[in-house]
Amino acid sequence: MIEPITGRYAHIALDGREHRIYYEEAGAGIPLLCLHTAGSDGRQYRAVLNDEQIRSHYRVVAFDMPWHGKSSPPAGWQRDEPYRLTTDAYTTMVMTLARELGLARPVVMGCSIGGRIVLNLALKHARELRALIGLQSAAYVERYYDATWMDHAEVHGGRACGALAYGLMSPLSPEAHRWETVWHYMQGGPGVFTGDLHFYQVEGDIRGRIGAIDTRLCPLYMLTGEYDYSASPRDTQAAGERIAGAKVTIMKGLGHFPMSENPEAFLWYLRPVLEEIRCAA
Amino acid sequence: MFERLAEVVNADPAIMRWGREMHETFMLQAGETQHLVTVRAGRIEQVERGPFVMRSWRFAIRASEECWSQFLRSPPAPGWHDLFALLRRGDVKFDGDQRVLWAYLLYLKLALERLRQ
Repeated sequence: MIEPITGRYAHIALDGREHRIYYEEAGAGIPLLCLHTAGSDGRQYRAVLNDEQIRSHYRVVAFDMPWHGKSSPPAGWQRDEPYRLTTDAYTTMVMTLARELGLARPVVMGCSIGGRIVLNLALKHARELRALIGLQSAAYVERYYDATWMDHAEVHGGRACGALAYGLMSPLSPEAHRWETVWHYMQGGPGVFTGDLHFYQVEGDIRGRIGAIDTRLCPLYMLTGEYDYSASPRDTQAAGERIAGAKVTIMKGLGHFPMSENPEAFLWYLRPVLEEIRCAA
Repeated sequence: MFERLAEVVNADPAIMRWGREMHETFMLQAGETQHLVTVRAGRIEQVERGPFVMRSWRFAIRASEECWSQFLRSPPAPGWHDLFALLRRGDVKFDGDQRVLWAYLLYLKLALERLRQ
């Protein structure tokens, strides 16, 4: 069996520097751009890319952020300051990718850090987007552990990042999918997960601004797994209550990585959302 | 509470492999009750129950008895399923050498959750 997913590389300038970005896509129709979690890559969305029902109406695209998966850091990275994701860089990255890949008024769906940045996209680019889907979306998560240990010469980064991701999943999710999700984390480059968490736990606090999101310009869906304690149901509900028109769903039995830890259960929640967006078009 | 730890971990090579470089003694505390767990190459050599007098340990994981019993339920309820879930609420305390705890975090998580079965 050969999957319908194809992978290609796009050469794109971000922050004035050339980047070689890997992306996968499948299907045709409304563009659906998928954003992976901190320290992982676009493989997390393979079940969405492979879903026949979604592919029949959507052009699904999942890219690896620079430094992640098969997207390299920019040339000269070895002399740069350590990698740190910021709200502005992430927002520019998503909008640039959408433009360069020819995704006209896409739906953007992001998980965790991706679920955070969709809130900023709702504020800054609502008119350019068809709809936003935040998975495990919270306006802020305080730093409750020291993430620098995951980028330390005397701690194996792959094992430590894997251990952190492991616990964020639901114990009810299928073992094979949970351990594939862990494996993606074990493959991350040194300091990349920690650099993403700078955005998630330090710089990207959006609590003070989300009240200005106008869901009449761009619908916002927020779907959160009940076993997630990082972007917990309470965090999502707190954010949702401050955004008029945001549609919040708590997904039973799922954790922080719904699309990869239990694809079948996640698709059961996602398909009706995508149908609603399609029918509104 | 932790008496079966050696039995269940030492019977599971898929857990022991993540601790194969580990030669440490660490503390597990439930309420006032202390346990010292000695690990050699991923194998749990012994689980001792306190009180202890002037014993050394590398790191300690401390929580209330109620917290541990919620953690050890099968399946655990949301928010009780992982050490870091407890940590975010302040229900667990990690003392001592944090580097070693991070180095063997996957082993520790798998070992402790194995007590659920």
